[in-house]
Amino acid sequence: MSEFKSATVEVRLPSRLGFEKVAMSSAASVAKLMGFREDRVEDLKTAVAEACINAIEHGNRLNEKLSVGVVLSAGGDKLEVKVIDDGKGMMKQPAKPDIDRKMHGEEGPRGMGMFLIQALVDEAEWVAGCDGKSSYVRLVIRLDKEAE
Amino acid sequence: MQSETKSRVDKLTSPAGHPVTVLRFEGDIASTSKDAVLGTYQGLPKDTAKLILLDFTKVDYINSSGIALVIQLLIEAANAAQKVYAFGLSAHFTKVFTMVGITKYAGLFPGQAEALAAL
Repeated sequence: MSEFKSATVEVRLPSRLGFEKVAMSSAASVAKLMGFREDRVEDLKTAVAEACINAIEHGNRLNEKLSVGVVLSAGGDKLEVKVIDDGKGMMKQPAKPDIDRKMHGEEGPRGMGMFLIQALVDEAEWVAGCDGKSSYVRLVIRLDKEAE
Repeated sequence: MQSETKSRVDKLTSPAGHPVTVLRFEGDIASTSKDAVLGTYQGLPKDTAKLILLDFTKVDYINSSGIALVIQLLIEAANAAQKVYAFGLSAHFTKVFTMVGITKYAGLFPGQAEALAAL
């Protein structure tokens, strides 16, 4: 497959749960144009959805006056996704969820989002905005050369 | 934006003769699905519904809030000595359920026939 010519797509979402599906669809469309396998597209969709949900719930605290920016940068063999919100960013990474602890009531049933993001894409980093705002999560997913 | 979660309950008998309660979900499983997932489960009689099958065949989207509802259901079922199994998940969500450890507490099957045959 020939190398994909660089392209950038930007989407702005209202801070309302459910709109993460718009970002999912956009990311999936770009990934398909780049030639990603269907299973990798599904991985990307879930990672993008979880990043947007975190931005809507925790970054923008469901404030519908604020929007979540999603920037999809496609080029070469990788797709980079930045999900930007108006929160302060994460001070520390939450502990890896433990199903046994959840089942025994030692930790809450929620808290799977960041774990899923990290497990499903090739790179994930959380960057706090220098002004205490405009924090973002940056995800990278790469084309699997062997599968092409 | 999220498609409403619908749920219904079917009562079946496994080939081995055990009564099985099937919770069939349709739509998205997300934070708005509490009533459809937990509410429907909590409406089951705990003394007789001992084998529970979750049918995800018509579910396209499950996010981490939806997974949390499934885990909450599993916790309540474990406390009521009920066994829970699931079928109909896509390959992707089978992977996700395995990654988060749900398969330790709920056996997954490709379809209803395979699930019933194992009960």
